[in-house]
Amino acid sequence: MSGGPASAASRGASADPGPGGSGQAGTVLHLRHAAKAFGAVQALTDGSIELYPGEAHGLVGENGAGKSTLVKILAGVYQPDAGELIIDGEPVTFAGPAAARAAGVAVIYQEPTLFPDLSVAENIFMGRQPVRTGRRIDRAAMSRESVAIFAQLGVALDPARPARGLSVADQQIVEIAKALSLEARVLVMDEPTAALTNVEVDRLFKVMAALRRRGAAVLFISHRLEEVFAGCQRVTIMRDGRFVLTAPATELDVDSMIRAMIGRDLGAMFHKTGVTPGETVLEVQDLAREGVFSDVSFAVRRGEIVALAGLVGAGRTEVARAIFGIDQRSSGSVLLLGKPLPGGNPSAAMAAGAAFVPEDRRQEGLVMDMGIDHNVALASMGRLSRGGLIFRSAERKLALTWASRLQLRYGWIGNAVSTLSGGNQQKVVLGKWLARQPALLIIDEPTRGIDVGTKAEVHRILDALAADGVAVLMISSELPEVLGVADRILVLHEGRLAAEFARAEATEDNIMRAATGQAGKDAA
Amino acid sequence: MTARPALVPGAPRLASVLRAREAGTAALVLVVFGAATLRDHNFADVNSIQQLLVGASLIALLGVGETLVIVTRNYDLSVGSVLGLCAFVVGDLFRHQHIPVWSGFVIAIALGAAIGAINGLITTVARVPSLVVTLAMLYIIRGVDAKLVNGHIVLPSQVPSAFAAVGYRNILGIPWLAIIVAVVVAAVGYAMRTFRPCRDLYAIGSNPEAATLAGIPSGRRVFMAFVTSGALAGLGGALFLALFAQVDNSAGVGYELNVIAAVVVGGVAIFGGSGTVVGAALGALLLNTIQQALVAVRSSSYWSEAIAGALLLAAIAFDRWLSLRVARGLRSAKGAHRDLSVADRGSPT
Repeated sequence: MSGGPASAASRGASADPGPGGSGQAGTVLHLRHAAKAFGAVQALTDGSIELYPGEAHGLVGENGAGKSTLVKILAGVYQPDAGELIIDGEPVTFAGPAAARAAGVAVIYQEPTLFPDLSVAENIFMGRQPVRTGRRIDRAAMSRESVAIFAQLGVALDPARPARGLSVADQQIVEIAKALSLEARVLVMDEPTAALTNVEVDRLFKVMAALRRRGAAVLFISHRLEEVFAGCQRVTIMRDGRFVLTAPATELDVDSMIRAMIGRDLGAMFHKTGVTPGETVLEVQDLAREGVFSDVSFAVRRGEIVALAGLVGAGRTEVARAIFGIDQRSSGSVLLLGKPLPGGNPSAAMAAGAAFVPEDRRQEGLVMDMGIDHNVALASMGRLSRGGLIFRSAERKLALTWASRLQLRYGWIGNAVSTLSGGNQQKVVLGKWLARQPALLIIDEPTRGIDVGTKAEVHRILDALAADGVAVLMISSELPEVLGVADRILVLHEGRLAAEFARAEATEDNIMRAATGQAGKDAA
Repeated sequence: MTARPALVPGAPRLASVLRAREAGTAALVLVVFGAATLRDHNFADVNSIQQLLVGASLIALLGVGETLVIVTRNYDLSVGSVLGLCAFVVGDLFRHQHIPVWSGFVIAIALGAAIGAINGLITTVARVPSLVVTLAMLYIIRGVDAKLVNGHIVLPSQVPSAFAAVGYRNILGIPWLAIIVAVVVAAVGYAMRTFRPCRDLYAIGSNPEAATLAGIPSGRRVFMAFVTSGALAGLGGALFLALFAQVDNSAGVGYELNVIAAVVVGGVAIFGGSGTVVGAALGALLLNTIQQALVAVRSSSYWSEAIAGALLLAAIAFDRWLSLRVARGLRSAKGAHRDLSVADRGSPT
């Protein structure tokens, strides 16, 4: 069905040996000049990649660079409009995911693709369950093989339990097990580590190494460049739907990679406008939530960005949720602009001028199928309505204002939010809350899963907000972000404030010490 | 529902919960049956029990097909109409064409399957929501049925006695009808646990996108679910004719809602992905037992509908409660993994 590759003339010069060109064995998979458009949007203009057996190949690029589209072409989910896919030297066309799988290509997607109602074992083997005579599913064998794969991965998951209720990390483990069970010759991993802890990431790398020894080719996609360096021998960089370069990992460093990804120097990644903090906006006194955190007291002033740092389970998000009133607090008080906020009442917090941008924007921050305009206007309905009616034109106007202030990249303001890239979705969530012109912005993991370029924009937006006199309380797991953006850093350890650092005195080292409970004395 | 307290501590094992669900439905049948027998000893008569089984048979049969469809996140509202149409068409052929008895079943099943195929095609190819497609089909068939019947009701004298025998004969006291339905339930129930294409139905209903990514031919599978549902509704039509030997254009009116009620009470998730045909059949038996029990204790029969409704709400509330509990488990588990900690970031890899 895909129009024949009308190539021949145009041949991009790639920076690596062509198929059969070097002493290395031939490629197991070679995608050449693949293109894919969705309506008017050209998701992939020139996607090329060469995978060799026994090699882990990193693929990096900003969100919207076309990585996911490329992955889905390899997976047989999309059929390319142009270009060719060569496996073992033979051009192939995948009619669907089953065909790709039959050809030995296994894919771990960014978002877990599990069946919540089915058992873990059945999730691993769905569509190709082991069968015995009469094509009956052999449940015992299915369970046995699952256990064997989990043993190989070094995890203990019950294959009989349903996938519903699994933690995100465990879901990812099941995805990995699924891919392993295919004994694939090409394993594509689209951000497999986003939800994993470092122990699990290490384990994943071990599995990757084992696979490579077996002669499989691994395509590893990640926003975490350190991981790409740690796990991959060669790296391909994409930008704006195009192949930029492929090079051995040893010939690249983080700076050159980022430059190639965004096509320019990031320069100072964090821009900081010096603002003298004004009056106190948020004052938290002895806030506690039974069994989660206690004795939390701090203040955030106008024009100030305060970061909450800490380890897993330290209670950062929980503190923020209690301040905003999503969770009940068991004691303590919260003052916003000098007035006490009632506990457990988010609408009161909103009315008083607070805004909360949650971490999980798909679930909690956006209505994915609604337009950008509706989403931006969603939190400002009261202000926009005239006699109980909402005028679309008013929504549009508001949305357009914020879209341009946040440099949102979109086709049309009425497009569904689901059509935007992750970074731009985050900007829509921001726009939705900023449209209320809050005095206090609480933002949880502002740049999780966002590419480097958009990250910098979000940081710039936060900086500009502070300069405008908004008080910002930011939760972040990324130390460079905490250090680069915040004026003050509060470190939580096991539900208590372990340390507070001013911007000038904070370092990765002293934050980490406080977060792990090792110190507090050497803090100011 | 009420028969099972103290389920699900923390992370439930779905399989055991489902089994418990079916056991619970069965237990509820026994409780109602026992209570009714205490009030009226005739309730446990062979005759009375036979009536109970026969009364539940048709809904249980349609419930089997409906389960296949609902498991894939679709709905088949046309089953009652299909049953009525097939019953009349076969009866009409008997009186005018004098076709052989066995062919009555074949024709009913084929006609039902054909209508199911139309439902399936429109749903999967044109991607119209099945709720709308089958609702339209419900009315279309009703109209066609009314036109065909046109006052010429099929009468008992016009149905071959060998065919009608299926409706009243027993083997060892067990009605033929109940045996046929039990065989269908057992066979489909076995298939739904055992064969890949049947497991695909659960996958499709549980996570449609993931099913596509797993290479499952979702369209073909959903199509087959509709064809099966239609075929079983057709068989139901033939059995209806055998049972009542009299068919007008009101045959099967409103069955679709009884069927869906039975299926949901029997533990099939209304949003797809889980539930069994055995559960659906037990749901049909439970609703019928309640109805008969109310008659036996001479309560107003209107109550049976109210109770069916209450049971439906209870079943859905139970489902919801279950999934909320599990979701909460998920969230707290997720929290433990969510943040790649400061330490992760700091350590060079």
